[in-house]
Amino acid sequence: MRHLLNPLDFSVDEVQYMLKLAQNIKNNPEKYSHVCEGKKLATLFYEPSTRTRLSFEAAMLNLGGKTLGFQSADSSSASKGESVADTIRVISCYADIAAMRHPKEGAPMVASLYSGIPVINAGDGGHNHPTQTFTDLLTILELKGRLDNMTIGFCGDLKFGRTVHSLINAMKRYDNVTFILISPEELAIPQYLKEELIAGNFKFKEVRQLEEVMGELDILYMTRVQKERFFNEEEYIRLKNSFILDSKKLNLAKKDCYVLHPLPRVNEIAVEVDNDERAAYFKQVQNGVYVRMALILILLGLDKVVEF
Amino acid sequence: MLNIGGLSEGVVIDHIKAGGATQIYNYLQMDKWDTQIAIIKNATSKKMGRKDILKFEGPANVDLDMLGVLDPNITFNIIKNDKIVEKRHVRMPEMVENIIKCHNPRCITSIEQELPHKFKLTDPEKKIYRCVYCDMKYKEKP
Repeated sequence: MRHLLNPLDFSVDEVQYMLKLAQNIKNNPEKYSHVCEGKKLATLFYEPSTRTRLSFEAAMLNLGGKTLGFQSADSSSASKGESVADTIRVISCYADIAAMRHPKEGAPMVASLYSGIPVINAGDGGHNHPTQTFTDLLTILELKGRLDNMTIGFCGDLKFGRTVHSLINAMKRYDNVTFILISPEELAIPQYLKEELIAGNFKFKEVRQLEEVMGELDILYMTRVQKERFFNEEEYIRLKNSFILDSKKLNLAKKDCYVLHPLPRVNEIAVEVDNDERAAYFKQVQNGVYVRMALILILLGLDKVVEF
Repeated sequence: MLNIGGLSEGVVIDHIKAGGATQIYNYLQMDKWDTQIAIIKNATSKKMGRKDILKFEGPANVDLDMLGVLDPNITFNIIKNDKIVEKRHVRMPEMVENIIKCHNPRCITSIEQELPHKFKLTDPEKKIYRCVYCDMKYKEKP
């Protein structure tokens, strides 16, 4: 049985196939509206994440399936001390596929070891968030027409930002991608990721000012400085406003440099930027649903039901 | 020169980093063995300055290469019939279970006590082990 725990669980060819399927769903939603009739998706959310949960639920509903689940550990048996292994064994009796969000890293992996149904990692701590990564890839592919030959800037919290780590690892698989890492020193990408970039001979540079590099970018990936990733509130307050994108800074960018953000944003992208046609973060949200629809179909083995 | 009685059959685990013999003793649960065991701590070493050595009598009924995750520099001398029949470096195991612990406070193993602590050798050259659940690099102390 196939699970999705890490974006790299799918080969480059498999990612390409999944993105193609997502695009086909996007262009022909009516063809897919009954493919999952009689199927159930369990959303097991041990920590709240309204956006991701609703995106998964919308995906399953769009496919004609149904959803069930819980929205926080308090409303699950985890509050009674049940292990992830036991929970997934029980849920396997109720649903056909599960999406799991958990604050602890590796929880979906543990679930996959005991599950009778495919498990999709819907985010585990600061570790992986593969459906967000695939959403990012689909958005980049759609806007730029390619995933290779690209200069991509990552701005904000690069230390705890799992979406950043996952997207860097996913983009490393395409030719001639340059990474520009824009963050305060305290929120720079983890040393191991940097070592991997160096070891793999990837082109990258670290800068402390967004303005320095705006003109070089094909994609700017903004992130929020997340309070829940800090152990210390003082540090959070000091760094949260470090990097803010406004129209003045965006004016330094190329005409086809698109701005992505995994959302929710706080204030790192000024509202005035929303009206710029290069602001792609709401398109990204829409794409998230199509990517999740494609993944549900692939993991349930229903991806060939509609020919494309 | 410190001299401990020779072994006619047994194993000498040599080049243990100074202070590391106890950890190996504990991992191998040597307190439950009833054969002769010698722990030599802080022995002088030309190569290492100070080192620990563990000697034990009898055949090695354990996979000694598992010790590679605790100390990648140790060597083994296997003694049979009063002769060293094999002298080699530890081989780094591909996967280890319940030898070392993940210290990442965000790892699922930090709240689910019954999960085995599993690590995978991800970089044999740099001798890096990563937790199979959270991918965190193993460090001796958090």
